[in-house]
Amino acid sequence: MPHISLPEGLPGISSGFAFRPETAKPMRELAHVLLHGPNSLSPAERELIATYVSSQNDCYFCQTSHGAAAAAHLGQNAETVIQVKHDFSRADISEKLKALLVIAGEVQQGGKHVSPASVEVARSLGATDVEIHDTVLIAAAFCMYNRYVDGLATWQPHDDEMYRAMGKRLAESGYAEPSRVTS
Amino acid sequence: MAYIELPEGLPGIRGAMAFRPETARPLNDLVEFLLHAPNTLTQGERELIATYVSSENDCYYCQTIHGAIAAASLGGDEVLVKKVKVDFWNAEISDKLKALLVIAGQVQKGGKHVTSEAVANAKASGATDTEIHDTVLIAAAFCMFNRYVDGLGTTQPRDEAMYRERGKMVARDGYVAVSKEYLPASAMETV
Repeated sequence: MPHISLPEGLPGISSGFAFRPETAKPMRELAHVLLHGPNSLSPAERELIATYVSSQNDCYFCQTSHGAAAAAHLGQNAETVIQVKHDFSRADISEKLKALLVIAGEVQQGGKHVSPASVEVARSLGATDVEIHDTVLIAAAFCMYNRYVDGLATWQPHDDEMYRAMGKRLAESGYAEPSRVTS
Repeated sequence: MAYIELPEGLPGIRGAMAFRPETARPLNDLVEFLLHAPNTLTQGERELIATYVSSENDCYYCQTIHGAIAAASLGGDEVLVKKVKVDFWNAEISDKLKALLVIAGQVQKGGKHVTSEAVANAKASGATDTEIHDTVLIAAAFCMFNRYVDGLGTTQPRDEAMYRERGKMVARDGYVAVSKEYLPASAMETV
């Protein structure tokens, strides 16, 4: 049961968005720029960062929906998504992305946990200032989205097919428009 | 020294926002609505929630600037702001705000820390669903802003007068209006 009277039948963040459209708009736009807008990091890489942080924050809805979006970007490669969540150091991803995931994990623990050494490692593997900035902000933003979704105790159905469809749609269209959930 | 090359002379989040105007716009729109737009919670109450969460996250820049904005919204009462940060139970604030600060503190620890009991207490003190929603989201948003500001290693000058002056200005004009001084005009347009 959600902590407040959220619209029924809308999973996870969609119910918070429908309850408060005024805050939904900038939150959608932020996610769209960070995860779907033009960027030297691929959409798959950015969705993997979002998925990893959501997994560290133990948010079922966010890690599953963004994991599904990441898999959709990777040609339905759910295996890499699972690897990144459990042990990204052994995942089939670039060394640069591994270094950015280290930074994202530090941000998840708290802003002061980011170490100059991990930033240096990322830079030595080719990460640009914008990519480091975006990694920090994606990780920070998911510390918000995850807390919003779980802090309201939203409905988070365990329905693989629903998340797969959601991931496919997010991978294609991004976050700017309200979702049309079919569950 | 920030971890990346941020524009100089802009402390805290302002340097990061000027570095990336594309993300600055939705961030400013969000904070403008949560803290400055009309709400049944006063501006002072909402800024106190933001200040408290930033203090729990140990973010110097955010707790100091939002503490200054809170004080400016509360007739310059800096003593009250300090009290809320160190011991809000004994601060001169309403029982409803205390109950909302409990929820905000739980969100700061993690979304799953919010208890039905804390929400029931807030409702019993007269908090509406929208006020509880906004409290959860203010607390969650400051878990983002604080990490953004500290995670980039931004410059955070120890200059109380600077924060006090800026606090008055933001309390009066809001976040979107003051961001115009460091963001390009194009960043104000909707994507």
